[in-house]
Amino acid sequence: MAEQLPMNSANAGSDVVLKVDHVAKSFRLPTEQASGLKQAIINWTKGIKGYKTQQVLRDINFEVHRGDFFGIVGRNGSGKSTLLKLISKIYVPDSGSITVNGKLVPFIELGVGFNPELTGRENVYLNGALLGFTHEEIDAMYDDIVEFAELEDFMDQKLKNYSSGMQVRLAFSVAIKAQGDVLVLDEVLAVGDEAFQRKCDNFFTQIKKDPTKTVILVTHDMGAVKKYCNKAILIKDGEIIVSGDKEEVANQYTLENTKVNLVQSGERQGLSEQVPYIKIIPHSPMIVTPEDSFEFTVEFETTKVDDYYLSVSLTDTRHGVIVYETSDRAYPMESKSGKQSLTLRLPLNLFNNCDFRVRAAVHVPDPDNPERTIMIAFTNDENAYVFYTRDPQYGDGPLINDVSFPIVTVTSSNAENIDAD
Amino acid sequence: MKTTRKTADKLRYSRVILKELVKTDFQLRYQGSFLGVAWSVLKPLMLFCVMYVVFVRFLKFSDGTPTFPMVLLLGIGLWNFFSEATTMGLNGITGRGDVLRKVDFPKYIIVVSATVGSLISLAINMGVVLVFCIFTHVQFTWNVLWLPLNFLQLYILALGMALLLATMNVFFRDIQHIWEVVMQALFYATPIIYPLSLVVTQLGPKGVIIQKLMLLNPTAQIIQDIRHNLIAPDTTPTVWTMWNGSPLQFIPLLLTLLILWLGAYVFHKHSAKFAEVL
Repeated sequence: MAEQLPMNSANAGSDVVLKVDHVAKSFRLPTEQASGLKQAIINWTKGIKGYKTQQVLRDINFEVHRGDFFGIVGRNGSGKSTLLKLISKIYVPDSGSITVNGKLVPFIELGVGFNPELTGRENVYLNGALLGFTHEEIDAMYDDIVEFAELEDFMDQKLKNYSSGMQVRLAFSVAIKAQGDVLVLDEVLAVGDEAFQRKCDNFFTQIKKDPTKTVILVTHDMGAVKKYCNKAILIKDGEIIVSGDKEEVANQYTLENTKVNLVQSGERQGLSEQVPYIKIIPHSPMIVTPEDSFEFTVEFETTKVDDYYLSVSLTDTRHGVIVYETSDRAYPMESKSGKQSLTLRLPLNLFNNCDFRVRAAVHVPDPDNPERTIMIAFTNDENAYVFYTRDPQYGDGPLINDVSFPIVTVTSSNAENIDAD
Repeated sequence: MKTTRKTADKLRYSRVILKELVKTDFQLRYQGSFLGVAWSVLKPLMLFCVMYVVFVRFLKFSDGTPTFPMVLLLGIGLWNFFSEATTMGLNGITGRGDVLRKVDFPKYIIVVSATVGSLISLAINMGVVLVFCIFTHVQFTWNVLWLPLNFLQLYILALGMALLLATMNVFFRDIQHIWEVVMQALFYATPIIYPLSLVVTQLGPKGVIIQKLMLLNPTAQIIQDIRHNLIAPDTTPTVWTMWNGSPLQFIPLLLTLLILWLGAYVFHKHSAKFAEVL
């Protein structure tokens, strides 16, 4: 028994590739322009400190498991990049600890520190060494890196002769083709031209499926979070305010960016002062068959008069995809303050056995551009509703069932493929 | 078991980075010049010629021995190493801020690579000195067996100083200017271009004490030791002959170790903060 215990804990621990435990970080920002001796003496005689302490991160806790595609989102200056630098061990936390299992490859501030006087090839080897790879290991990865960066003809040119796009492409290729276990990426999705972005998209989709590779991505692109990530956190003013479900993180981030006065409370994500209440109330049972339909009411309350619109969406939580989403102005509501509701029925006959989450969101026209809308509230995990379709007649695999998707064979060289009728 | 493997991994990692950094530093040093690496031999030779003409032919500095030109050349070579290693080390951390802000790696390697780069130049220079020595029929003695230890002490002194300066320069950029001045002063306080005996001939009896005090400076002690052991055992005074028997003769040696310890301690203590301050 005594021998088994450490074994077990080691196994449990090996699954966690990154553990961030009560991490806090602050910086001293000089308040005066000059930082020389003269200013130091003036400050000293006047008795001012000459700097102010800015708390960038406070009490951050989360774990990333092997195979995760982990998103970190937050507005500019919220502390994301500092967190990333702490994870990459470039900064040291004031308190708390960060444990990384495996080789970590960072890609921060759009580069890995290239030297403009060296050629592309020399830079790849130098960078590889800084990331901890031997000459032989880089030899093995080199062709892959160059091919991904599409810079075959430029590798013997000095880096200062590269265009900025080429430099970033090379740096990014080194980071993602290096055989690390944990890839840390900061704001990378705008790298390169359209063709290169498509390539990156393929790479991300592929790495998402790889259970041995872990990716930590900082981004402002909520589409990317919804598409690639399986988990995410939202950071605001140095604290994690939403952790876990990527949809909720992405939606809350969108809310944070609109000029909405949010309700400041941990349990009340998705609500604002204008919309302090929104909830989905089911009328159908939690488990239905694909032959049924699902009926529910969206209830919400507003505190002032505005043009309100409701939108709803249906997510397949098992596959992590949005099955259906109405437009932002799908259901115009009354322009009043107080309680309103909307009852809808969803058809389910398209689907196999699946797990669904219904969400709703409230939109108002954007005051700066009435053509567009801004989201001012949405249903968080608690206020949204999860239901299941279960019927032995239907399969568990793909989302859409055979009945609603009858494929017709038109011609085939094998006669057996042609249906008798 | 696990910790030894971890240290082995760390050492291997450090070695890989060191190799790449030294290689690229050396490539970059003479890049774009027509003569390339040849400059690492040509530059000290040309400097030697200038100093030889000015000090030996013109100002007639000499200790009266035929080996003095060789002693001068050797001194200049050794001083160049010390000056280059400390200056490169001093700017090592501040010069690589862009890399330090993006990747985490053992930071002392930057300073070590700067000093190792200078060590390569030193080896080339010493090769040249050796060739000259053979041409001028210098009589080698068994004292040459001490040389590896002398060079080790020189490297330790340069490394310790470089670590200390590199750390200070991150927090106070004034250091690079101060060090330039200090180096100039140290250059003249060390018997490099003039023989140590000049102090006595110029200052009389007072000079004897000043001579002895000058040798307590580790750079002077090392340069005199190497000259003594390689070229002129009879005519080069060293700290060991001048302070013979006194425990004070170990001061330069202790200073060297103290500087290494201090440099390593200060560097280690502050290296985690480099990326934030730069």
